[in-house]
Amino acid sequence: MAQIERSRFGHYVALAVIVVAVLIYLTPIYWIVATSLKSPADIIAQVPQFLFRVTLEHYQKLMPDAVPGLTYVFSAEALIGILACFLPVRNIGFARRFAFLWNGLLILTCLYALATTINYNFLMLSIYTIIVFLLISPQKSTEARRVRLSLVGASVLAIVAICTLFAHGGSKYFHQLLNSIIIGFGSTLLAVGFGTLSAYAFSRFEVAGKEDLLFFILSTRMLPPVVVVIPIYLMYSALGLRDTHLGLILLYTTFNVSFAVWLMKGFIDEIPKEYEDAALVDGYTRFQTFVKVVLPQSVTGIAATAVFCLITAWNEFAFALVLTEVGGRAVTAPPSITSAIGSSGVDWGKIAAATFVFLLPVAIFTFLMRGHLLRGVTFGAVKK
Amino acid sequence: MRTARFSRGFSDYQIKMAFIMPTMILLILMNIFPLLWSLYLSFHRYKASMPNRPAKFIGPQNYARLLTDPEIWGYFQTTAYFVVLAVITQFIIGFGLALLLNREFRYKGLVTTLILLPMMLSPVVVGLFWRFIFASDASGLVNYLLSPLFGGPIGWTTDPKIAMLAVVIVDTWMWSPFMMLISLAGLSAIPKYLYEAADVDRASQWFKFRWITLPLVSPLLLIALLFRTMDAFKMFDIVYVLTREGGPGIATETVSMNLYKLAFRNYNTGKACAMAYILLIIIVALSNIYVKHLNKVRGEA
Repeated sequence: MAQIERSRFGHYVALAVIVVAVLIYLTPIYWIVATSLKSPADIIAQVPQFLFRVTLEHYQKLMPDAVPGLTYVFSAEALIGILACFLPVRNIGFARRFAFLWNGLLILTCLYALATTINYNFLMLSIYTIIVFLLISPQKSTEARRVRLSLVGASVLAIVAICTLFAHGGSKYFHQLLNSIIIGFGSTLLAVGFGTLSAYAFSRFEVAGKEDLLFFILSTRMLPPVVVVIPIYLMYSALGLRDTHLGLILLYTTFNVSFAVWLMKGFIDEIPKEYEDAALVDGYTRFQTFVKVVLPQSVTGIAATAVFCLITAWNEFAFALVLTEVGGRAVTAPPSITSAIGSSGVDWGKIAAATFVFLLPVAIFTFLMRGHLLRGVTFGAVKK
Repeated sequence: MRTARFSRGFSDYQIKMAFIMPTMILLILMNIFPLLWSLYLSFHRYKASMPNRPAKFIGPQNYARLLTDPEIWGYFQTTAYFVVLAVITQFIIGFGLALLLNREFRYKGLVTTLILLPMMLSPVVVGLFWRFIFASDASGLVNYLLSPLFGGPIGWTTDPKIAMLAVVIVDTWMWSPFMMLISLAGLSAIPKYLYEAADVDRASQWFKFRWITLPLVSPLLLIALLFRTMDAFKMFDIVYVLTREGGPGIATETVSMNLYKLAFRNYNTGKACAMAYILLIIIVALSNIYVKHLNKVRGEA
């Protein structure tokens, strides 16, 4: 009896310590959010203000002077798309038609934006929306999950469209954010593509010196950025790739591809070989087997790998610092946000707002990916 | 239905090569070639700010000068001090939290994810904001909360004696969740019946911890420790923003930070390449040990 009571007491003490720990871990994040919403007087108050009057002025500083009308259309599309994802699907046929209509509407809005503001970014965005529409078109699917995925895809693109509009409207911050998005998505696409192909080959075929090759691939990821960046800097200077999207995309692809190979190999190893054997017996070629059997089976793995690559590219600092110029064409958000420390009279409210907008997507993805975090940080070696 | 030629498609060998080649070509172009180039430059006198002046071969002079320079060893000492302090602190806090979290309670998933959040955020952007949190005047949150304890504000980022501590605190805030995540995975994989058997034998808590928990989680703990050591060794982002490029003075100037200054402030490219190679050899040695252990754990799983 005494034993049980003691262990119950211990349980509650443990819970109390956990609560305190969570509070400590979250305080800096809370402070970022709070500072971004405070008035300048509250920010530099002699006693830090935990309760304060909320103001959005710092966020307004990040936005362009005039907000284009299309912003509201895209916002509505993103918002309704996200809300629709949380609704229970009772009638799959209706859900499918809704998603079809919604994505079609997004394409039309993008094309309209392209027509009114002839802009390279909107051209790319329109092409992307159409590709996403065709790739994960929910027409044939009978699964609620695929319908939801297509809605999420459309909402993400609508948010990207808002950033493009703001950047086009003259907001420096959203220009940098858009660079981060372009470089992040571009490098993730390439890294996951290359990584999945190589992972399949390493998983299914005999490769001469397989262990050594895999070790070599992983070791490239372990290189300190400052070591690689010196010759890359010289190389890019010679090739004119400094401060270009392509240069950073190639570089981020390189260090993400090794990660993608290792992570995807773990996922593909788990798919039973028997499926492929059956398909091969049925007369599929090896390539058809890969496309029609292996790829659909590894969708979850590909999504998890992609999110990790995206976060890594999004957060990357050292390469972006050296290879782009603050205020330049391809500069990403991290070097720009941090460039403020050199100057005197730092506007912490603006920095906090910029930081919060920058961190929010990562925080959301972390929650969505929580089941895969362990795999991600251990290169797929530890699974749960 | 299909013609015989088409149904054969590509051979397995062709597929294998076509699938591996893009990755290999990319890694060779973007990693091996630059590394060879910097090896070449490390034996030359060359300044990237003057690209028209040809590189002059000077043999291993760069290396000799670096290895005999007491200042360089100072940076290595600073880095080692940081690595040891940060990794041990993170390990203790992370493993301790994992021990606490290894029980059933409501919202466990939510709580774990909340603690893991700092690990996923951009070190440099959050590190910048920590400057504001550590501000030495009264608006700094840390000084406000802790000044009753220490009797006055502390110059977290301006006092050379304390700056390293600030860097360690931020690094620990970011990376102790990493230690926790891996420890938790190890702890939750321990079969329950082992503890039940120990209970039957009336083993003490300490005995169970020492002879069941520790031996079973130690392979994973080792991975976490190695990974963090390697990562901490090349730490650059946090010192760049939190203490403004390794300040005050050179109090928090790690090897990576010094290397950056050498290469992109002084444009002493040849010497920087030599320094990069010295750092590289250390990292490769560490990562070798790391990958060996990864493969071992992979084999056991």
